[in-house]
Amino acid sequence: MDRPQNSLLIVMYVDNIKIQTLADNLSDGSEIEGRSLWQDARHRFFKNKAALISLITLSLIVLFAFVGPQFSPWDYEEIDWDAMGDVQVLGAPSFASGHYFGTDDLGRDLYSRVIQGTQISLMVGLIGSFIAVVVGTLYGAIAGYLGGRIDSAMMRTVDILMAIPFMFVLILLMVMFGRSIFMIFIGIGLLSWLDMSRIIRGQTLSLKNKEFIEAAIATGVKPFTIVTRHIVPNVLGIVVVYATLLVPGMIMTESFISFLGLGVQEPQTSWGALINEGARTLQNGTLWQLLFPLFFFITTLLSFFFIGDGLRDALDPKDR
Amino acid sequence: MNNTNELLSVSDLKVQFDIYPKGAMPWTSPDKLKAVDGISFSLKEGETLGIVGESGCGKSTLARALIKLIPAHEGKVLWMGQHDILEASKTELLDIRRQAQMIYQDPLASLNPRMTIGQIIAEPLITHYPKTKKEDVKKQVQDMMLKVGLLPNQINRYPHEFSGGQCQRIGIARALILNPKLIICDEPVSALDVSVQAQVINLLMELQNELGMSLIFIAHDLSVVRHISTRIMVLYLGNVAEVSPANDLYENPKHPYTQALISAVPIPDPVAEKNKDIILLEGDLPSPLSPPSGCVFRTRCPKTQQLCATTKPALESNDSDHFVACHFAD
Repeated sequence: MDRPQNSLLIVMYVDNIKIQTLADNLSDGSEIEGRSLWQDARHRFFKNKAALISLITLSLIVLFAFVGPQFSPWDYEEIDWDAMGDVQVLGAPSFASGHYFGTDDLGRDLYSRVIQGTQISLMVGLIGSFIAVVVGTLYGAIAGYLGGRIDSAMMRTVDILMAIPFMFVLILLMVMFGRSIFMIFIGIGLLSWLDMSRIIRGQTLSLKNKEFIEAAIATGVKPFTIVTRHIVPNVLGIVVVYATLLVPGMIMTESFISFLGLGVQEPQTSWGALINEGARTLQNGTLWQLLFPLFFFITTLLSFFFIGDGLRDALDPKDR
Repeated sequence: MNNTNELLSVSDLKVQFDIYPKGAMPWTSPDKLKAVDGISFSLKEGETLGIVGESGCGKSTLARALIKLIPAHEGKVLWMGQHDILEASKTELLDIRRQAQMIYQDPLASLNPRMTIGQIIAEPLITHYPKTKKEDVKKQVQDMMLKVGLLPNQINRYPHEFSGGQCQRIGIARALILNPKLIICDEPVSALDVSVQAQVINLLMELQNELGMSLIFIAHDLSVVRHISTRIMVLYLGNVAEVSPANDLYENPKHPYTQALISAVPIPDPVAEKNKDIILLEGDLPSPLSPPSGCVFRTRCPKTQQLCATTKPALESNDSDHFVACHFAD
């Protein structure tokens, strides 16, 4: 009978100390840091193993794209005349010759070319999504917030642009202005923001009747400030998720164009162009020419999808 | 009435919404929904006007039309006897909005979830005085937090870390930071617990005593309104049924609608509660798309007669400040 009571007393005593320190902390006037919704989301994201592993993988690939060239004795446009004579044997992957991933049909070092392709493909994906995020978010938020005729006009413009076959325009651009990576950026940038602006407009419509927006209007905050201060931060969660899922889409578009032979210009290359070459020379018994670029392509795309998935779960815990 | 200390004087305010019937052609003329149909009243400095009425009678629309959040169709809203808010220029409107703030029904929804409490309370200050130094802003925000009963060291927290009552205090702090002359409270306590309701209302009353601003207090809880208001306005379907000093309205209601409302207030005494007579109103609120002719209340009124269907009763009074809109008022 005695012991439980004692232990209970001790527990209460300890709790009292805790409560006392808590009370001291609360009343001593030092500022308490709040935990924002972003911090909560980050916490949830890092608990998601698939997303975390994907993030690490993606970081390694990006690191590889920048540091990789240091370790290769060959340049991406340099032709190894020895290997060119017998690609099947001398062009196979080996550490002795310095062709870690082998060579392509012309005897160029595949390791360096994959790095070059990674740089181009990642750049296309990131720049495309960046344009989509900036233009699409602002365009959609402004259309949704202003509403009425302006909204109708802005969204019909998007509809019209969407109705134009994207590939056709891109191919036309290539034919008219010549094949260059710059043209791909313009083509993808022109069209990538359309979907984004629609999504953001829808979100804005549901946000703009919230009371905190009305409070801002009643206070006298200017419309553009309301968009940037109150609407954009609240749709940013969806923007981030959509942007990460957009990057692989952009990479695939570029790869498809390159696969058709319309993308980047030789001697520059991209994943799509490399895979195209690898697939063409498959019968020659040079399997590595397909497998190495394909490995990076698939790994990156999967990583982006898993990260996007993790972000969605983290930012929108209710919908899980 | 003395004109010098009249803060707000509203005459014949009408707010209409265009309702397009489902599947209508673009050229068909829309139905008119008269949410507020010719309301006149005035508000003195330091006074609290309670507005009561059932759901959909135009309370919130009236409040929003007063500060031009919803465009009014007709009428005048005179601010301090000089500016007509409905026709004010942009700079005038900004000036009026600096002095007239609003508190909302849902405490959490009225705070941006991505901003800290400090940023939320400081927003009106930064909007109207963008040159204020950061330290000054912070100091004023912390003073205001103390005033409304929040710990100033929680300035960096986010709205979701607070309870409903605390969120409403944050909303009050945001409304008060510019030292306004008028605060419009749109059902500020409907979403709160009863005990917290009392805290928030007492806080509002204390602050009013201290700072001397006027309040427009919208609610559908009659006992709450009686506690805080100096005068009460009863609305029915966009029309004023009765305006009167608070106690007078409860002790001597003249409009049959007010009588029915007051008879439904529960009395905290089981015996008295059991024995009291409740005047039951039949039917529902008529659609504001096609309000009844004459007196809008006649479809549910126990005293209705031929006259009610033809003539709309005017808001009149026998003595000085108890106004009723009924042909057969007691």
